[in-house]
Amino acid sequence: MESISSRFIPFHAHIKDQKPVFDRFNAQWTPTQIILDSDGVERHRMEGFLPADDFLAQLDLGLGKIQFQRKDFATAGKTLRTVCEAFPKSGAAPEACYWAGVAAYKGSDDPKHLGATAKALKERYPESEWARKASVWSS
Amino acid sequence: MAEIQWLKDVDAALKQARTTGKPVLLDFSAAPM
Repeated sequence: MESISSRFIPFHAHIKDQKPVFDRFNAQWTPTQIILDSDGVERHRMEGFLPADDFLAQLDLGLGKIQFQRKDFATAGKTLRTVCEAFPKSGAAPEACYWAGVAAYKGSDDPKHLGATAKALKERYPESEWARKASVWSS
Repeated sequence: MAEIQWLKDVDAALKQARTTGKPVLLDFSAAPM
């Protein structure tokens, strides 16, 4: 697991010291973590406490979203699959699996990735909204 | 694991992000440090 410092520019604000920064980024509750891309655009937000594995999974989900946004589908797929494989019980896993499938499709133009993703989500996370979203890809 | 060197100046963090190409992790808390 790569460290936070190697992958992010880390910034911390305490409500007592930096209330204007809370307002600037619309942080309504604590803890809140927001992932911005290098242009300062928000790409992922976490609100409320998360156990360590869930937190780490959310960080990878956020990174994967940034890579996806940049159309680096190979890297995004790899990052997002890490969430599915390393943190399969995390809350982020179903969403990460969904977007990993979309990244694989966009990187290859092969719809088989969507069908396989729908199947995997139905098997592993049948109650998740991401399985329901992917259900349209089932043949 | 190395201790995280959290920045306290958000504009400096954003500038570093633009320079390095890294994303920014903003952490907002009310917990005692």
